[in-house]
Formats: sequence, structure tokens, C-alpha cells
Amino acid sequence: MQYLKNVVTLTLDSEKCVGCGMCVQVCPHQVFALSEKKAQIINKDSCMECGACATNCAFSAIDVQSGVGCSAGIINGILKGTGPSCDCSGGSCC
Amino acid sequence: MELGLGIFAQVLTENHVFWIIDNNIILIHNAQMSETILENREEIKTVSTTLSISDRVGGFLVRWAFMRNNYKVEPGIYKVGVPNEQSSVFVTANYKLTFDFLRAALHGFSAWILVLDTKGVNVWCAAGKGTFGTKELVSKIETTKLSEIVAHRQLILPQLSATGIAAHEVQKNTGFKVLYGPVSTSDIPAFIKNNFAVSASMRIVKFTLWDRLVLVPIELVHAFLPILLIAGILILIAGIHPTGYSLALAESLQILFGVFMAYLAGALFTPLLLPWVPYRSFSMKGFVVGLVVAIVYVSSYKLSIFNALVWTLLITSVSSFLAMNFTGSSTYTSLSGVKKEMKVAIPLQLVAFILGLIIFIVSSWI
Repeated sequence: MQYLKNVVTLTLDSEKCVGCGMCVQVCPHQVFALSEKKAQIINKDSCMECGACATNCAFSAIDVQSGVGCSAGIINGILKGTGPSCDCSGGSCC
Repeated sequence: MELGLGIFAQVLTENHVFWIIDNNIILIHNAQMSETILENREEIKTVSTTLSISDRVGGFLVRWAFMRNNYKVEPGIYKVGVPNEQSSVFVTANYKLTFDFLRAALHGFSAWILVLDTKGVNVWCAAGKGTFGTKELVSKIETTKLSEIVAHRQLILPQLSATGIAAHEVQKNTGFKVLYGPVSTSDIPAFIKNNFAVSASMRIVKFTLWDRLVLVPIELVHAFLPILLIAGILILIAGIHPTGYSLALAESLQILFGVFMAYLAGALFTPLLLPWVPYRSFSMKGFVVGLVVAIVYVSSYKLSIFNALVWTLLITSVSSFLAMNFTGSSTYTSLSGVKKEMKVAIPLQLVAFILGLIIFIVSSWI
């Protein structure tokens, strides 16, 4: 299953990458692969912008505008004037 | 005195044992302290790795939103089996369903379970919100005195918590190295037997028919009241005449059934049929399924062109909207993608719904 094409905000700075492979480990959609001791984005459209790779990159080589890909959360955010928020503590969604 | 392993001397005092290594006192072992640690370790609550009937019933009910806001376990440290200072530490959320999955997966093993306070929310969602985060993990490591409970310095975290946890920060702050385990708790026995190696397939998040099926009840529960409201309003409008209110039972049932079919199309059929419905955007998927349902509905009631138009507009718009909401439950939609589809879908859904409503009012009152 793949979502919309060419919308993802994920970028990788190869200069900063040391090839530790952490992004390959944490990505739940196999977006990254290691090749010649550097990480590479091999499957950008599979990215769901969860942000796990960027959070766990100790070298700040990855950038992504992460957030919940959830329409109810986005509507919620607009209504409350905040960013997209599931407001799960209210038990509304996930 | 040479003791081997780089330990050259052991100096005993009344309560303390000093180990002198290479002329540096590097370890001060307090005999009294170690007794308290041992006692503390024994006081830690042991949990069963077999789920009781009430755990299973609770797990089923919570999928249907019963007590969902309060299905929690107390954060802190727990034991499964008979762990010692070398046993692994598994970190998890305090949503009871998640905790139950983990302890059941650890059946036959001895380990520590460190439960973070995620306000009763599952690992992935809590990580996205930051409650399953670096700060909370660091604080729980400190408050549970984990470094006294175990001798090693490794934590096993669910891979999906990586959204909220910065492994390098945790290590910097606490000395504990984070090892991201499998996505699914069901892979934990294989992961342990595999010498804590995670295979590529354990790293991928799936979205199987079963995964989708267990998420459907929540969609149905959340949409239920709005759907009932829509049905109520339509029934009210349909019965208003210049002479007063009157509506045949058959007609009310027909309206109720139409709205109910739209509800099922968006919140049940589309999620279940997700990979087989054409188009990538969820609102389009919901529209397609809604259109099929509308055709079946219109032809089974042999509706006039006027009414056929009303019900096609109403069913497709409601189904499309509900299906779009399933992006929140799905495991592969991105924020950028959802925003993009919403920008197009919401105006169209609104226009279709309002247009359907207007024609419905006009056709009822003529």
C-alpha cells in the first residue's frame, strides 16, 4: 500500500551522514538503505513523515516535517488553532 | 594482591568494599546499600505472562471505546519470570492493551518491564505526541533506580517508539544504550531466540486485513452519533409538510437505511477493502465505495432520478469523509499527503452534501 506521490518533505544531507544506519533501523517503511557507507533515500513515497529517522539521527543529517497523518487530527488542530493534534488523551482517536 | 581481570586489590572496611584497580579506586561497593538494592529488587511486582479472561474481555471492549480513556497500568518497573541483574529490560507504554501484548509475548522468559507514563496511550501514538519520549524515559530510568536493578546498560524499546525517543540522547543522559526491537510484540520471542537481532521483516509496519479489522470498531463508534444526527435531521425534514408533520414508517426506515449504508461504506467497507479500492487518496477510495453502495441503494429502492441524485450525493460525500478519517488509523499516510487530499476533498464533500440536502429538502416539500 502506498500513499500519495511526491508530497513527502523528507530530505537527507549526505555530507552530514556518517552511515551509522540508525535511520535504516528505525524506519517502519524501508525508506532508507545503506550504500557505500552512506544512507540513501530509496523509497521516498513510502515515507509517512513519522520523524523517527530525524529524531534518531545524532548528526542532524535528516530533516522532515513530521506530524500525524490523520485528517481528524488536522481538523482538530484547525478548530483549536493549534497544529495537527490527535488529542488522544481525550480518547478521540489513536 | 592480584585478583585477575584487572582487579588488583580489594579493601574491606566495616560497610564498604573498595576495589582498587590500576591504583585507582573505581568502585565503591556499599554492603548495606547492596542489601537494600536486593530488597528493592524483590519488592518489584511480578506480572503473569498468561492473559486472564478479564484481560481478554477488557482488550475486546477497549477496541469498542469502552473505558478507553482509563485502560492503564501503573507506570514503573515490573518483572516477568525470575529476572536477575543481567536480564533484559523491555520498555513499553502504560496502555493496558500494549502492556498485555508485551507480557504475553514474554511467556517463558525472565525480563524486566519498564512502563512509561504515556497517559494510557499506545506506543506509536504516544511517541508521536512525545509522551513516549526521551524525557519521560530518562525520568523513569532515574525514578525506578534502574541502574541499581540491572548491572548491564541496555534497554529494548519497541521500534515504533523511535518517533519520540532520541536513542543518542538517552545514552548521553543515562548511560543506557537503546536497542530498537521489533515493531510487533508477536516477533519478540523470535527476536530473543535470535540473540536480539532484528530481521528486516520485523522492522516493517504492516497493515493487514486483521490490523484494519480491529481498528474498525473505533471508527464505527466515533461516527455513530453524527450519523444518527444526520438521519434524524433527514427524517425530520422529510416529514414536514405545510399541513404539519407526517411521515410513513417505510419512508423513515428508507432514510435511516440510506444513511446507515453511507456509514458502513466509509467506516467499514472502505477500511476493510482498502488495498483493493482504486486511487491512493482515502477520500477517493471512500467516494468509490460510496458510489457502489449508492447504486445498490438507488436500484434496490427503484428511486426516481431526483431521489437517486440526492442519495448519490449524500452517500458518496459521507462515505468519502468517513474514509478520509481512517487516515488517522492507517500506518502509512503522511501529514503532507493528508493535508493535500483534504484541501481538495473537504470542499467537494461539503458541496456534495449540502447540494444533496438542498435537493432533498426541495423534493420533500414539493
